[in-house]
Amino acid sequence: MTTATHDHDHDHDHHGPAKGITRWLYTTNHKDIGTMYLWFSFAMFLLGGTFAMVIRAELFQPGLQLVSPEFFNQMTTMHGLVMVFGAVMPAFVGLANWMIPMMIGAPDMALPRMNNLSFWILPFAFALLVSTLFMEGGGPNFGWTFYAPLSTTYAPPSTTYFIFAVHIMGASSIMGAINIVATILNMRAPGMTMMKMPLFVWTWLITSYLLIAVMPVLAGVVTMMLFDIHFATSFFDAAGGGSPILFQHLFWFFGHPEVYIMILPAFGIVSAIIPAFARKPLFGYSSMVYATASIAFLSFIVWGHHMFTVGIPFLGQAFFMWSTMLIAVPTGVKVFNWVTTMFRGSMTFETPMLFALAFVVLFTIGGFSGLMLAVAPVDFQYHDTYFVVAHFHYVLVPGAVFSIMAAVYYWLPKWSGRMYNETMGKVHFWLSFVGVNILFFPQHFLGLAGMPRRIPDYALQFTNFNMISSVGGFLFGLSQLLFLYIVVHTVVAGKKAPAKPWDGAEGLEWTVDSPAPYHTFSTPPKIN
Amino acid sequence: MQRKLLRGSLALPALLIGSWAQAGWQLNMPRGVTDISHQVYDLHMLTLWVCVVIGVLVFGVMFYSMYKHRKSKGAVSADFHESTKVELAWTLIPAAVIFGIGVKATYVLADMYNVDDAEMTVEVVGYQWRWRYRYLSDDPDTEVTFFSNMATDWDEINNLVDKNPNYLLDVDEPMVLPTGTKVRFILTSADVIHSWWVPALAVKKDAVPGIANEAWTIINEPGTYRGQCTELCGKDHGFMPVVVEAVTPEEFDAWLAVKQDEARQMAELTGRDWSMAELMERGQSVYNTSCASCHQVDGSGNAPTFPALRGSDYVRGDIDDVIDIILNGKRGSMMPAFRDQLSEVDTAAVTTYIRNAWGNNVGDMVTPVDILDIKAGQ
Ligand code: HEC
Ligand SMILES: [Cu+2]
Repeated sequence: MTTATHDHDHDHDHHGPAKGITRWLYTTNHKDIGTMYLWFSFAMFLLGGTFAMVIRAELFQPGLQLVSPEFFNQMTTMHGLVMVFGAVMPAFVGLANWMIPMMIGAPDMALPRMNNLSFWILPFAFALLVSTLFMEGGGPNFGWTFYAPLSTTYAPPSTTYFIFAVHIMGASSIMGAINIVATILNMRAPGMTMMKMPLFVWTWLITSYLLIAVMPVLAGVVTMMLFDIHFATSFFDAAGGGSPILFQHLFWFFGHPEVYIMILPAFGIVSAIIPAFARKPLFGYSSMVYATASIAFLSFIVWGHHMFTVGIPFLGQAFFMWSTMLIAVPTGVKVFNWVTTMFRGSMTFETPMLFALAFVVLFTIGGFSGLMLAVAPVDFQYHDTYFVVAHFHYVLVPGAVFSIMAAVYYWLPKWSGRMYNETMGKVHFWLSFVGVNILFFPQHFLGLAGMPRRIPDYALQFTNFNMISSVGGFLFGLSQLLFLYIVVHTVVAGKKAPAKPWDGAEGLEWTVDSPAPYHTFSTPPKIN
Repeated sequence: MQRKLLRGSLALPALLIGSWAQAGWQLNMPRGVTDISHQVYDLHMLTLWVCVVIGVLVFGVMFYSMYKHRKSKGAVSADFHESTKVELAWTLIPAAVIFGIGVKATYVLADMYNVDDAEMTVEVVGYQWRWRYRYLSDDPDTEVTFFSNMATDWDEINNLVDKNPNYLLDVDEPMVLPTGTKVRFILTSADVIHSWWVPALAVKKDAVPGIANEAWTIINEPGTYRGQCTELCGKDHGFMPVVVEAVTPEEFDAWLAVKQDEARQMAELTGRDWSMAELMERGQSVYNTSCASCHQVDGSGNAPTFPALRGSDYVRGDIDDVIDIILNGKRGSMMPAFRDQLSEVDTAAVTTYIRNAWGNNVGDMVTPVDILDIKAGQ
C-alpha cells in the first residue's frame, strides 16, 4: 500500500504541469496546447470581428463616413485573413488537440514537441500580418483571395510581410495536420477500430489530409508572388508572358478544399452533440463517414466554380458546374442523417444543442445558396455580389463558428471541471442567432438586387438592407463579449461539473474525471 | 471628420424616408431585358423553389421532432440508427432533381457561350478606375473610342451635398447599343482584373490583362441599364459604374454617325500640318486640364513628389524620353500613362508645349503623325 501511494505522488511530481509562464511556453501536453489554441483563436475572432465592425459601420449608410476606400479594402482583406486563418482554423485545431487523444484513448498527441512548435509560431505570424496595417502604404488591400496582379504589381510594399505570414501559418497547419494523422493512425486504444471512432475524429482525419494536400499549394502561390514582386519573374504578369488566371487556378485549388477544411470538423462536432441531446444513436454512422470522404474528394475537382466569370471554355465550365452540384448529394445525406437522428429521439435543448440545431438549419440555408451558385449560367448574376457574401457567411458563421461554440459549451465542463450558467448560455445563443440572421439574411437580397461585394460605398437603393445588416452585425458582435464573460465566469466561478454532465453523451472523454486530469489514458482503456 | 459624422447622423432620418420613397426593398434578381436574362431568371427561380421545397420538408421533419419528441413531453427515444434503403433513397432522389437542373442549365450555358453571328463588336477595356469602349470598325479612321468615367461628384460621396438618384451609377458617357442586334463584347484590361456587369443583360465577364474574353447580348427593350465593376480592382473599385443605353437601331446609327464624324475629324486633325503656334496653343489647354493638377500651371511642380517641368533637364533633354514618359507613365510613381487618355494631337501638343513654355525654349516640335508612328512602333 505504502509503495503504491508513494508511486502515485512520484507520478504527480514529474508529470503535473510546470508552474508559471514556462508551463505554457514549453508545454507538450495536448490539453495545454489545445487550451492555448482555443484562447488564441478567440482573440483572433474578436480582432477579426473588430475589423468587421468597421466594415459594417462604414456601410451603415451610403457615402463615405468613417474610413477611406484604401483603408476599407485593408479591413475586408484583414477581416477575411484573420477569421479564416486566425479564428476558425486554430479553433478546430484546438478542439482536435483537446479531444482527439481523449476520444481514441491515447495519452497525448503522437508528436508533442512539434505540437508545441505548430502553436507557438502562430502568434508571430499574426503579429507580422497585423503589423502591416501600420506600415507605409498600409496593409494587404487586395481581398483575402489576393488575386494577382492587384497583389503583385499593384500591391503595397507590406505584401512581402503578408507572404511571410502566410508561410508561417501554412507551416503551422501542415505540422498540426501531420500530428493529427499520426495520432489517429497510431495511437488508438486497442479495440478502437477505425469504424468505431467518433465522427469528430473521422472528420479531422480527412481534414488533415486535405490540409497536407493543399497547404503546400498555397505556399507555392505566395512564393510565386514573392518572385514576381522581387525577382522579376512573371508567373502572374501578362506583360511578361504569365497569366493572372494561373494565379486563380492555383489559389482555388487550395481555396476550395480550404472551405471544407473549415466545415468538416464542424460536421464531426454536430454529429457528437445531436445524438447526445436526442438521446439516440447517430443515424447512419457509416454513411456519414463515406459522405465526408466523398465531399473531401469532390472538393479537389470543383475549384473552377469560383472562376465562372474568368472565361473558362464551355466544357470546363460545364464540368465545374456538374461536379459542384454533385457535392449537394453527400452534403444532403449528412443533413438528412442529423434530422433522422432527432426523429423519435428524446430531446432536450441545452445550449450546445441549441447551437447544433441552429447549425443544421442555417448551414443548410448556406448549402441551398451554394447549390444556386453552382448553376453556372445563373452564377454570372450572383458572382462577386453580396449574394456570395451571404452564402459563405451562412456556412462559416452559423456554420463553422456556431459548431465551435456548441463544442465549447459541450466540452467546457470536461475541460474546466465547471458548469457554465445555462441561462446565460441560452441568452448568448438567442442573441447570436437573431443577430446573425439580421446580419446576413438581408445580404441575399442586396446581392440579388445587384450590390457588388468589397465596395466601401453603394448606390441608394441598397441603403435599407445595409442598415438592417449593420444593426444585426453590431448585435452579433456585442453578443460575443457575453460569450467571453460566460466562459471566464465558468472557469473561475462555475459550479462543479460531474464526469459526465450530459446523460445522453457517448464517448471515452466522459469516462475520465472533470476536469480531465493532466494526463489521461496513460494506460489504454478497454473498448468493447 | 466630426462635422461629417454629425451631418451623417442628421441626414439619417431624411435618408430613410427618401429611400422608402425609392422603393429600396428589392428582394429578387431583376428579370432583365434579354432572352438570356429571362432564361437565367427562370433557372434562378427554379433552383430557388427546389431549395424551398427541400427546406420545408427537411426542416418540417426537424421541427416536428423538436416539438413532438422532446423529453419534457415524455418522449422515449427509439433505437434505430441505420437503414440502407432510406440512405439510398435520399442519395438518389436529390441526385435526380439536381440532374434535372443541370441539364436545363447546360443548355442555357451553351447559349451564353455561342458568340457566332454577332452583328457588331464592342471592345471593353478595364482601367483603374474607368472603362474604355471601342466600337470595332473596318476603317480605322472611323473607329469610335471613348472612356466612360463615373460622373458622381465626390462631394456627394463625401456627404457634402445631396446625393442624386443615380448616385454612383452615373457615367459621363455611356455605352450606346442598338436594340434587337446581336452585339459581341471583347473584354480585357490595361492593369488589374476588373469585371464588367450589367444585371439587366445577365452579362458579367472578367476583364483580365493579357486575355481577351468574349460575351454577347441582344437587348430587347430600349432603356438605360446600370451596373458596376464586380472584381476588386483597388482603391476606387466601388466607383467604376457601367451604363448601357439601348436605343433603336435608327437612333443608334445616328449616334454612331456623329461619333464617327468626330473620329474622322480627329483623324484629319492628326494628319494635317501643324504649326508651332497651333501646337503651343492647344498644348497649353491640354496641359492645364491634364497635367497642371500635379505639375502646376506654371510648371513649377510640387516638391518632393511632383517634379517641376519648368527648367527640368529631363523635359529639355531627349524628346523621345519625354514622349515616352507621357505615353507610358512611370512605374512605381504617380505619373500616369497617357497613351490611351490623350489623342495623338493632344500628346504632340502637350509635348511641344512643355518643351517650349515657361522659358524651357528647346525650340523643337513634334507632330501628331510622329506620335502615331511612335505608338505604332511600341
Ligand atoms: C497624378 C499626378 C501627375 C499628373 C496628372 C501628371 N504627372 Fe507628370 N509626373 C508625376 C510624377 C510623380 C512624376 C515623377 C516621376 C518620377 O520620376 O518618379 C512626373 C514626371 C513627369 C515628367 C518627367 C519630369 C522629370 O523631370 O523627371 C514629365 C516630362 C511629366 N511628368 C510630364 C507630364 C505631362 C505632360 C502631364 C500631363 C499630360 C503629366 N506629367 C501629368 C505626376 C503627374
Ligand atoms: Cu474595376
